[in-house]
Amino acid sequence: MTAYLIRRIFQALYVMLAMAVLVFAAVYMLGNPVDALLSPDSDQIERAAAIARLGLDRPLHEQFGLFLWNAVRGDLGTSFVYGIPAIEVLLLRLPTTLELAVFAMLLALAVGIPLGIIAGMRPGSIAGKTIMGGSILGFSLPAFWVGLMLVLIFAVQLQVLPSGGRGQTVRVLGINFAALTLDGLRHMILPATTLALYKASLVIRVCEAATREVMSQDYIRFARAKGLSFWRIVSLHVFKNVMIPVVTIMGMEFGGLLAFSVVVETIYAYQGMGELLISSINRLDRPVVVTYLLFTTVMFVGINLIVDILYAVLDPRIRLSEETT
Amino acid sequence: MSHPSAPPAARPALPKQNILRIQAAKFVESPVAVVGVLALAAAALVAVLAPWIAPQNPYDLMQIDIMDNMLPPGGELMSGQIAWLGTDAQGRDMLSAILYGLRISLSVGIITVLIAGAIGATVGVAAAFVGGRFEAILMRIVDLHLAFPSILIALVLLSAFGRGVDKVILALVIVQWAYYARTVRGSALVETRKDYIAACAVLQLPRWRVLFRHLLPNCIPPLIVVATVQVAGAILLESTLSFLGAGVPVTEPSLGMLISQGYGYMLSGKYWIAVFPGVMLVLVIIAINLVGDRLRVILNPRLSS
Repeated sequence: MTAYLIRRIFQALYVMLAMAVLVFAAVYMLGNPVDALLSPDSDQIERAAAIARLGLDRPLHEQFGLFLWNAVRGDLGTSFVYGIPAIEVLLLRLPTTLELAVFAMLLALAVGIPLGIIAGMRPGSIAGKTIMGGSILGFSLPAFWVGLMLVLIFAVQLQVLPSGGRGQTVRVLGINFAALTLDGLRHMILPATTLALYKASLVIRVCEAATREVMSQDYIRFARAKGLSFWRIVSLHVFKNVMIPVVTIMGMEFGGLLAFSVVVETIYAYQGMGELLISSINRLDRPVVVTYLLFTTVMFVGINLIVDILYAVLDPRIRLSEETT
Repeated sequence: MSHPSAPPAARPALPKQNILRIQAAKFVESPVAVVGVLALAAAALVAVLAPWIAPQNPYDLMQIDIMDNMLPPGGELMSGQIAWLGTDAQGRDMLSAILYGLRISLSVGIITVLIAGAIGATVGVAAAFVGGRFEAILMRIVDLHLAFPSILIALVLLSAFGRGVDKVILALVIVQWAYYARTVRGSALVETRKDYIAACAVLQLPRWRVLFRHLLPNCIPPLIVVATVQVAGAILLESTLSFLGAGVPVTEPSLGMLISQGYGYMLSGKYWIAVFPGVMLVLVIIAINLVGDRLRVILNPRLSS
């Protein structure tokens, strides 16, 4: 187990290093930030001073070495736009996105699990076919377009929900939460629905497949033979067993949710991490882009690592097969 | 002067045709999938024929009149034509813009899938065939690739490349090839253990020939399923990137770009600029997914029995 753990952690470190190189290379190609920072009529001396201040005059490998060393120490540079450390800019936005993603995830589960189980229990029925057809629709609809339609219907036509922004927030433990105020929740409904649409379709599909599999098992037949009520079978036997694949998928998909918040936050002018990435790319705010990418890398690699370790703990077969190779 | 080993070409032709016909018959059993195919064919047709059937050329400034801007659906242009789907802020007829946009969206999707599929299939089949360290390294790269959401990779790549249809395709190929590599490697691993590959080895055929003439063709069915779904994926991703302002240039608007342009006018109630391109986009994606779903069922022997 220890050997497996160590190897897995080293793999994760390799991945992070590879990503650091890629991110550095990609951002280096983004363009010269000096052009964006200085006014067009600034002279050569001002320009040279700015380049020196940002360390852009040094050789490439030196810039990368310095970048890596600083990154390890948690210093990812100062945002060109905000003038404060990039990591702080990101951390300020992080709770907003996390809150939205968690809300969307809960929404996807609340809608997806019951529908998926219904579809799985009655595969050929009209309800089952409608639900599965709906899930194809959920996969096919472009999230950004759904977002626009929701704005059009609920904000422009019906005028019942706000079209954007985060609304009123409450400060708890130094972090602003929108979910704790009615206004904040109202602002969250449309973005979270947009973000949840794809995941809900995924949950439906996973639940349907799992339910169909569970329903054909002997223990379900036995539970029926025992005379257990329908609801007891569903809530006790089906639900629990369906949750295993759902939890797995959701663990892996949470990262995707954070990534896709880039789109949703842009539509709803929601001041989270995703919106920060887009605006930073547009303003050539290199340190913030780098910080965002490295941060997501660490998060993704971290999530994968945890999932893998949990699997190894739960399923000895994985551990053993890895150890023998 | 008759040679003992008579023409081998006649051998595979007959059963192959039969298989195709059987598959086609199975495909047609699902009316929804047939509707999907027909819708796709119609979309492809109008996209190809756009320059001839569109009421105006939306890129030709001579044909656009700024006085026509923001006409609601059914409004009359200065030229007397009816703009059935309204006009945008520059006075472009939305129907024409959508037909031309469809052209760009579809070609981005198809070209991306062809290139990425070719690269991915080659990598996957080579990895399975060569094995060893070569395979291990390639598959690590694939895993690494698939661990990250494609939208983020594509977004960063495009912000580095700049705008352009070719650049979008390049970014999408970089994002997508790994899916094919993994799929093809999976089926190639199964195929390499079969007798006909052993027979090739016994015949001492050159390795590249075994790889591309024997192994690769037998890995095609799952590849087709992935490729179909990925056309939809590529079109969706392209439109999302264009919406975020990182995709195709304004001069060559895809459907996503049109939606993005209409977004700003939506809050003032001018819905048609964003809604109609979106409807077209959704219809195309749904059609592709319906076809892909059906192909998955008939090409997977476990599901079709």
